Amino acid sequence: MSILINLFWVAVAVAVAMGAGWLFRAAAIALTKGATARMLRTAPVTAGFGMLVILIYVVVAIFAPLIAPFQEREVVGAQFMVWDSVHKLGTDNLGRDMLTRLIYAARNTVGIAFATTALAFVAGSVLGLLAATVGGWLDQVLSRIVDILMAIPALVFALLLLTIFGTSVLKMVLVIATIDATRVFRLARSVAQDIVVMDYIEAAKLRGEGLWRLITREILPNAMAPLVAEFGLRFCFVFLMISALSFLGLGVQPPTADWGSMVRENASLITFGDITPLLPAGAIALLTVAVNFVVDWMLHRASGLKE
Amino acid sequence: MSVIWTMIAKRLGLGLLTLFIISLIIFGATELLPGDLAKSILGQSATPETVAAFRRELGLDLPAHTRYLNWLFGALQGDFGTSLANKRPISDLIATRLGNTLFLALYAAAISVPLSLTLGVLAALYRNSIFDRAVNALALTSISFPEFFVAYILIFVLAQSGLFPSMAQVDARTGFAEMLYRTFLPALTLTLVVTAHMMRMTRAAIINLLASPYIEMARLKGIKPMRVILRHALPNALAPIITVVALNLAYLITGVVVVEVVFVYPGLGQLMVDSVAKRDFPVVQAVALIFAAAYVLLNLTADVLSTLSNPRLVHRK
Amino acid sequence: MTSKTEKPVLLTIRGLRIEGRSEETWSEIVKGVDITLHKGEVLGLIGESGAGKSTIGLAAMGFARDGCRISGGTIDFDGIDLRKAPETERRGLRGKRIAYVAQSAAASFNPAHKLIDQYCEAPVQHGVMDRSEAEGDAVELYRRMRLPNPEEIGFRYPHQVSGGQLQRAMTAMAMACRPDLIIFDEPTTALDVTTQIEVLSAIRDIVAQFDTAAIYITHDLAVVAQMADKIKVLLKGDEVEEADTRTMLANPQQDYTKSLWAVRSYARPVQPPVTDATPVVSVKAVTAGYGAVDILKNINFDIHKRRTVAVVGESGSGKSTAARVITGLLSPRQGQVLFDGKALPPDYRNRSRDQLRQAQMIYQMADTALNPKLRLRDLIGRPAQMYLGLQGKALTERIRNLLELIELEPDQYIDRLPSELSGGQKQRIGIARALAAEPKFIICDEVTSALDQLVAEGILKLLDKLQSEFELAYMFITHDLATVKSIADEVVVMKDGRVVEQGPKPEMFQPPHDPYTELLLSSVPEMDPDWLTNLLNERKQKENS
Repeated sequence: MSILINLFWVAVAVAVAMGAGWLFRAAAIALTKGATARMLRTAPVTAGFGMLVILIYVVVAIFAPLIAPFQEREVVGAQFMVWDSVHKLGTDNLGRDMLTRLIYAARNTVGIAFATTALAFVAGSVLGLLAATVGGWLDQVLSRIVDILMAIPALVFALLLLTIFGTSVLKMVLVIATIDATRVFRLARSVAQDIVVMDYIEAAKLRGEGLWRLITREILPNAMAPLVAEFGLRFCFVFLMISALSFLGLGVQPPTADWGSMVRENASLITFGDITPLLPAGAIALLTVAVNFVVDWMLHRASGLKE
Repeated sequence: MSVIWTMIAKRLGLGLLTLFIISLIIFGATELLPGDLAKSILGQSATPETVAAFRRELGLDLPAHTRYLNWLFGALQGDFGTSLANKRPISDLIATRLGNTLFLALYAAAISVPLSLTLGVLAALYRNSIFDRAVNALALTSISFPEFFVAYILIFVLAQSGLFPSMAQVDARTGFAEMLYRTFLPALTLTLVVTAHMMRMTRAAIINLLASPYIEMARLKGIKPMRVILRHALPNALAPIITVVALNLAYLITGVVVVEVVFVYPGLGQLMVDSVAKRDFPVVQAVALIFAAAYVLLNLTADVLSTLSNPRLVHRK
Repeated sequence: MTSKTEKPVLLTIRGLRIEGRSEETWSEIVKGVDITLHKGEVLGLIGESGAGKSTIGLAAMGFARDGCRISGGTIDFDGIDLRKAPETERRGLRGKRIAYVAQSAAASFNPAHKLIDQYCEAPVQHGVMDRSEAEGDAVELYRRMRLPNPEEIGFRYPHQVSGGQLQRAMTAMAMACRPDLIIFDEPTTALDVTTQIEVLSAIRDIVAQFDTAAIYITHDLAVVAQMADKIKVLLKGDEVEEADTRTMLANPQQDYTKSLWAVRSYARPVQPPVTDATPVVSVKAVTAGYGAVDILKNINFDIHKRRTVAVVGESGSGKSTAARVITGLLSPRQGQVLFDGKALPPDYRNRSRDQLRQAQMIYQMADTALNPKLRLRDLIGRPAQMYLGLQGKALTERIRNLLELIELEPDQYIDRLPSELSGGQKQRIGIARALAAEPKFIICDEVTSALDQLVAEGILKLLDKLQSEFELAYMFITHDLATVKSIADEVVVMKDGRVVEQGPKPEMFQPPHDPYTELLLSSVPEMDPDWLTNLLNERKQKENS
């Protein structure tokens, strides 16, 4: 019986989410015009929902100090207080306000993940485009290095490096960015390789264009669509990896509010039937779902437009 | 035929070379540490005497290549040295845990591989139908969930009511059926995460093929849809599907780390996480080497199998 | 031939409408077409790209591709309504009573199975023959299709057999159940002319032997003239006209059909050969290749100002490699390329900006030759900006001027993306980009082979006009002898990396020929419906004598 009730609420949540997604898409179409509106019209409801969620997360992250009722690291009551009117979501294992920490974690966790992805992306795509355009020994050397690094499972490699360098946010960002850059390199290189064989690249080379202009004007604009989609996928991957490391106690360190460590700190409540520790985990899941929905739409568009 | 065997021999050689370089990286990574390893582990307060003693204990007084060769040959014979934390031989720590981890991974694979292949083929067959869309959205959602979220939801839903234990405590005396029962939740968690990946990739591989002219030709020859899929699409989809399966089995290897921690399952992943926290690097190196070796071997197997499934390579001109 | 219309009717299509989906909307791609086909009769469906030929062909099997749907009309095959019949009944007809031969045999054979397994599948699945009967029958049909080693060839995989042979094997496979109707969808388009002849004659014979009705789809008038009893001309999903082959060729009624017929007659006036002046480009004893293989073997030819040299050959003859050597993408192993009498550095990266400017190139596929993310302003403007240092107003003025030269309205087109142009317009942009550099010499690499005939003619005329206006030298790479006839001053015939014959055009089209040139020239289909029959008789006589 309880499973049926649970299922009912899941169905209600999905219906509400899709409704919100539909409304958001409709509003977005109404507010934009021209090519953007035409593009939005092709978005499925799931993508509308995804964009809405991402927008909410960004707003929460930026305005965290204004929205949160308490200070990020402030102890405001006893441990594990239940939900009430002051502490809407209760308190955590040290008596800090759960809602406040959830809101600040949006800033910390998403911010760190975004910075890491951006770093990985710049490094990976610059080297990938360069390898594909220049070819020859540069391509060979870079590709072999990446092959080797990719032959070690990402999480295991991250754990190994963190053992050696010790755990701190900066080190974690650098370690994950390095590991992730290899994946971005692979994709950027293969996308660019498909472009480099095009006649217009040959024409540009024969015209005498330099390497910089070749990459920025001729190759990059044509590689943008898959790279942007890849950015979304990579962000999800990095975000989940950081959360996993934090959950294992090896990522973002206390007292910084972070969703992964919040799950770890409060996990014991679950066995008592309290869903509070699931909220930060749910926050991670929701953002990843949202990004994936948007990326899925973009990939679908990219493949559909080719025909 | 000889061409293909040369090709496979080359792949195997390359795989071994990769493993060798990985072992170099895993071992050499500690050398990257700025300053003295012994000092950084013992902390600033340690006296020069204790540091010197500790260095001898770690073998740091020997040159790096000697230490590497000792380590590598030891590892090849199953001897990974001793743990820094509890001074026990690492091989003792690893032995039973490796079995446990393999058990969990195989358990999850045994459920997820047939499940995801079936779902993937069905989604491809009924593509763009309600069934396909629902399965797809569900898969996308479950890919997006962190493993610990899935794990805790399962605990919340299935362990609360006492259906399954929330802690997967097993030891050498636990019987097979009991093992299956106690590790059901961790296996289910892994299954949910991996199935989604595998199903989506299988679907994509088959849909990719269904657009090929020879599939249209088969349909225009009046062949029944099921036979079109089984006889015309599947033999050509083997290579991508093998790759998909291998990729996800490899993913299981990293997946077990988090899941083992959540369910307090005595496997290699849990050992690794504990050792990272204690900075017990000989253990971390040993576990990392085992995980990496499994990963490389899986990819290598997939590579060889897909080569063997390609008629263009098997039957040369 | 006329007696075929007295035979019973096999296929009746009335008011056929088919819709195709693009993005989220459906639009009509076939707009009410009627077909009546008698037993044993061959109908040629002809039209340019986008005419809906293939879609109609598939509809005759009651089949619509993904993203297409049959939205109106009736399809009656021998008393069976293919639109109303259940899918199982239609499936029972396909491969058994109606068969299909696809354009690309290499892509349409399943790479995972042997040819004979794929041959036997339809007869065994439809219960027409058992496996051993089907195998014996396969060998018999392979023999009739004049495939080499008919006993053995079936046991090969598709990738082990050449393109022309695969196409014949596919026709044999279509014949396996002795169908009443075969749909041939451009079966020889992907083949070289000399291979095409063998496939055409094999198809024609087997269709006649088994008295099979056929719908023969092609864009090539001369081919359809050999194959069909009657011809239907299509334009953008609409029927233009239909008549029996001889009447249609001799006396087309509609303007569109007449314009299609007229294309073949375009030829530029004969120019006197240049002998004394220094050639613009001179290829001297060039040997070049990739790896250890020589693709070009001791090639020599000159190209003079205001002259067009056509380099002709089939796929693999080395004609494109010759262009790569001239542009400097491939350095020759021996020999050199002279420009205005001076040797060019072999690698383009060592050439001066002015040397690069003087030699420009126009590509076969305008789709891949124009960066899809740049506007025409930038595409055409870049060479002018780079080589001639034009900026701001002067640059815009030059771009407008170039657009006018290629007959595109500047205000309307200057800010468009390549995706907003038709195929012919894209090719014009390729020409404008080459002109923007103000070169002396342009390489045209199969520039018209991806275009419909009418559009291609426009491009050729434009190139002709520009040549006299700017005193350009052209190297024209092509496999199409009709194009050579219309634009070349001199012809270089290549085979297997060697020049087999070269000289002024009038000489080249007069005997005596080198044997390969002879084969190439005689293999180009002509509009005469008796051409194939006469040619085969001629060749047989020669063999006997």
